[in-house]
Amino acid sequence: MSEYDSDVEAAIRENHPALITYITAGDPSLEDTKAYVEALDRGGSDLIELGLPFSEPIAEGATIQAAINRALAAGTTPEGFFELVADLETEAPLLVMTYYNMILQYGDEPDVRPFVERAAEAGLSGIIVPDLPAEEAGPLRRACDDNGLDLVFIIAPTTEGERLDAIMSQVSGFAYVQARLGTTGARANVSGATHDSLARLSEYDVPKAVGFGVSEGDHAAEIIEAGADGVIVGSALVDIIASSDDPSDAVDALEAKARELKRGARRGADAVTDDPEERPEPEQP
Amino acid sequence: MSTERERDGESDSGRTGTFGEYGGQYVPEALMPAVQELEDAYERYVLENEDGFMDEFRERMRDFGGRPTPLQRADRLSERYDREIYLKREDLLHGGAHKLNNALGQVLLAKYMGKERIIAETGAGQHGTATAMAAAHLDMPCEIYMGRTDVNRQRPNVYRMRMNGAEVNPVEAGSGTLKEAINETMRDWATTVERTHYVIGSVVGPHPFPKMVRDFQAVIGDEARKQIREKAGRLPDSVVACAGGGSNTMGTFHAFVPDEAVDLYAVEAGGSSLEIDEDEGLAPNSATLSTGTDGVLHGAMTKLLQSTDGQIMESHSVSAGLDYAGVGPELSHLVETGRVTPASVDDEDALNGFHRLSRLEGIIPALESSHALGYLERAAGTAADTSSGQSPRDEAHEDLGDLVVVNVSGRGDKDLETVLEETEKRDLEAAPDVEVFDS
Repeated sequence: MSEYDSDVEAAIRENHPALITYITAGDPSLEDTKAYVEALDRGGSDLIELGLPFSEPIAEGATIQAAINRALAAGTTPEGFFELVADLETEAPLLVMTYYNMILQYGDEPDVRPFVERAAEAGLSGIIVPDLPAEEAGPLRRACDDNGLDLVFIIAPTTEGERLDAIMSQVSGFAYVQARLGTTGARANVSGATHDSLARLSEYDVPKAVGFGVSEGDHAAEIIEAGADGVIVGSALVDIIASSDDPSDAVDALEAKARELKRGARRGADAVTDDPEERPEPEQP
Repeated sequence: MSTERERDGESDSGRTGTFGEYGGQYVPEALMPAVQELEDAYERYVLENEDGFMDEFRERMRDFGGRPTPLQRADRLSERYDREIYLKREDLLHGGAHKLNNALGQVLLAKYMGKERIIAETGAGQHGTATAMAAAHLDMPCEIYMGRTDVNRQRPNVYRMRMNGAEVNPVEAGSGTLKEAINETMRDWATTVERTHYVIGSVVGPHPFPKMVRDFQAVIGDEARKQIREKAGRLPDSVVACAGGGSNTMGTFHAFVPDEAVDLYAVEAGGSSLEIDEDEGLAPNSATLSTGTDGVLHGAMTKLLQSTDGQIMESHSVSAGLDYAGVGPELSHLVETGRVTPASVDDEDALNGFHRLSRLEGIIPALESSHALGYLERAAGTAADTSSGQSPRDEAHEDLGDLVVVNVSGRGDKDLETVLEETEKRDLEAAPDVEVFDS
């Protein structure tokens, strides 16, 4: 038994430094997604986010937007998505990342509960909703609490002061720290905003994982060294899927990429341990 | 959804900026501080006139914009429909559409807020043009996002935006219309939010945009209400306006909402059909108020054209400015509570409305406004048709009454290419012979 109430928090705390990977479900098909998720799991992912595609992904950059378009063209539906999740056997807990309208429309009336109940039944551990700020999250928060799911909030570089306090008090699972302003997408370097954000969050005893722009093992190392508990990688993995001529080719490459990222994260953690000067302030329990 | 709704108030859920169940602030976290900063600026400058903001806005609307616009009695339409028809001439506003009311208001507000850069989306190009004009007038750098399809079908407005110094960024995604342009502008805003203001072009988006845009546009109805009393000695029996996102609609209706005896008709684009193709994700119309279902898009809970799974449909209209799968949350609320009656006319009725006004009154209306005029024909019928009994009148006929105000939201110069092309495909009763244009 884990000492944590939340599978998601446990996955991050117990596997520190954690690797969180994202791919879009149904890109290019749900069968391929199953093989990809299993590859990411073997490669050392500690949590896996699965994107349930929505036609208007305003928080995504070009890479994930294209993946969503491929998944929708392949006929990916919420029900097909839940069947895939129910069929997966991974060590890493699974999270769904989708937009609020997809959650509201599942079921007969606009209501969040049918989606959350189905998500729990299928075996998901948490939900991330990029277009749902804490102010509007009450109904989903309650439905997630009632069904034992974590609702992960995104902390942006613009989130400060009382707003940051209010959100951090609601966070469950982990705080998704957005490394830079803008949309998702692999970048060549780690944003300076990451370090500022992690410094701002250091006083909160909540696991922090950094995403948006992370694509290489060296980025993972830098982010963990800067005080994060985990790194989130999406677009770099979606790029591998998009550039594979045969969908099955991507399986090995995804597993290898996950290993590279996890190794990078460990390197970052080792650097912190080796150099007490650079170690972040210990968190208060 | 709840049956207890209040007009323009806060809902009991504690959500901000709602109209009954509709509205709210569904945006990425990165944008929330900007949305809250805007909310604060809206309350101070627009609602409380801090630093004389509204005084400056009204002065600029008068001297730069050309307000007030006339309310004109349409003599031949009045004769045709055997009742008094008045046209609110927003086509005479600077730039040729009602859009300047909002664009100038927001660009000025951005200036008061100390923002350095303006971005906007545009469908037909009228909002983009108005924003580019306002930005040039107030010396602010400006970038406009416009769907590729709309760039191709509204070229005169693309030229006008560039003449005024704005950059125009074509958006290739999806069907290349307004919905995709909004997505892309939101992405830009999420990247540059600290120094950029996003001038949303309609009464859509997260709070405070739907209320703020309505307040900037409410001048249309405020003027029309005063003008009709001066000219006709009473309030109208009905007010008719076209509805895409709904900015000219809400602007025209707002002053009349408390006047329960005045019927309000929001005329949407019926496109080629009101049926939807769920398999293809296509709605061959933009009739969101008439056929949409509740959901969340572009920052607000509102009525949407969407599949049962929640995917947003590609909409259609011959008019780029109405071609949108969403609608303003306040309009959704007013329709849900029965205060506003949604109606729709198809592409062909709108084209006939375009030609009819051009021929009978010497006013070339925007294709958007042509939907309101198309509805007038259907709902009011013609005096001749009534006597012969050939044209079955819409059930709205009785309600339209003897005194009608129609908002002509913009002028149609931008639409001439589309109108010629679409007219050639059809045998339209009200159209001139368009073949001569090819010689």
